[in-house]
Amino acid sequence: MSLLEVDDLSKRFGGVVAVDSCSLSVPAGSITGLIGPNGSGKTTVFNLVTGFIPRDGGDVRFKARSIAGLGPDRIYGLGIGRTFQLARIFPRLTALENMLVPVRRAGLRALLSHGQWGHEKARAMEMLEFMDISRVAGTLGGALSYGQRKLLELAAVMMARPELVLLDEPAGGVNPVLLERIAEHIRQLNGQGVTFLLVEHNMSFVMNLCHEVVVLHQGRVIAKGKPREVREDPAVLDAYLGA
Amino acid sequence: MGALLELEGVIAGYGGGDILHGLDLSVEEGAITCIVGPNGAGKSTVLRVVSGLLRPRLGRVRFRGVPIAGLSPHAILRRGIVQVPQERSLFPTMTVWENVRLGAYTVSDRALVDRRLAAVCETFPLVRERRHEPAASLSGGQQKIVEFARALMLDPALVILDEPSMGLDPKTRTIVFDTIRAMNQAGRTILLVEQNARSGLGLASHGVVMESGRVRLQGPGPAVLNNPEIGRLYLGATA
Repeated sequence: MSLLEVDDLSKRFGGVVAVDSCSLSVPAGSITGLIGPNGSGKTTVFNLVTGFIPRDGGDVRFKARSIAGLGPDRIYGLGIGRTFQLARIFPRLTALENMLVPVRRAGLRALLSHGQWGHEKARAMEMLEFMDISRVAGTLGGALSYGQRKLLELAAVMMARPELVLLDEPAGGVNPVLLERIAEHIRQLNGQGVTFLLVEHNMSFVMNLCHEVVVLHQGRVIAKGKPREVREDPAVLDAYLGA
Repeated sequence: MGALLELEGVIAGYGGGDILHGLDLSVEEGAITCIVGPNGAGKSTVLRVVSGLLRPRLGRVRFRGVPIAGLSPHAILRRGIVQVPQERSLFPTMTVWENVRLGAYTVSDRALVDRRLAAVCETFPLVRERRHEPAASLSGGQQKIVEFARALMLDPALVILDEPSMGLDPKTRTIVFDTIRAMNQAGRTILLVEQNARSGLGLASHGVVMESGRVRLQGPGPAVLNNPEIGRLYLGATA
């Protein structure tokens, strides 16, 4: 069953067609990879799905319900979280405070009920421990290392209890040791029922982690399937090597 | 002809981690050497090491047999290595000719500058035709060619081009690549990084595929392009 369905989605910027009648689906419970050469439209698809930019045509359905045209806050509230190429965290909040921002957004009830608030705080600490960054819970976001920011962003997005998380280059600029840790965290969260759609340039990371892979080229889907099938598709290599 | 530039066991990176993990590369005099590879392979980092923008942590860089690793960018420039950056770098409100002349800013012999300007106009007719127009009035591809012209004003022994086709449509890319070929035929040794592997390797007398900070595959451009190994380097391997 598809958790997310992108149907005939299009977006142009001036004369450039960034996303061109793109259709893809993300099976519930999967880790799905969205790959393609630079400029193929991957991040634009993310921005369209999460409501950051308006679409020109097509539809996006989440749990069989259209979310096209909704704003980012509504889409977030429905259970789609996302991270960014460059981790977006609040530099003047501590790591723990960063974790609690999504909770506030998740509803007033959390704020009003003391018990609930304490519970969320405990959950935030658990999540920081899960990511092995609990020792920096009191450190300001701005003082964290690049790798810690990446882990914190992933931890924070989980606080809103999303069913689907879109990860934009989770392995970007990350050393091989941390890379393996991030992959493992994604696998474990996936094991707990979270569905992932990720954009990534590190092919070994994608091929080893993803169940399904969708390949974009010039805004169009040119291949989809299991990692092995996609890797052996000559059209995919052609796209990567250029015309 | 021998190697003009040699890199041996170069390890380099920024702050936290290394990008190049023991890179060996040799650029033959008179050749067009093209480095391709997936995102994050370290292609641009190699260029930064050669032009002195990044000091390697370990390893040797020799130009005409003389070590240059650790020298400042201007010292390396003086030895005859000029880099054309990836992004647009002309001064938009200055004329084409003023921009090209700036390439010889460090040359005080005015007669020499004039001679070089005349020579550059021979190689790039565009520079003469558009000489009085502001650089900003030129298309992206034309600006790239003016940048090439500016680089030649120092009469460099090695011209480095970082992704010259970036942001250009296919037709313009062909024109820019023809210009690179013409520069090479006029005697310039060229080292370039290209994102479009097919056209880059098609142009190169020597093709180099990098992946994870190392040279994984090299040889004559077309042979590299037809090597099945390139697929694994671009699309990864499963464990």
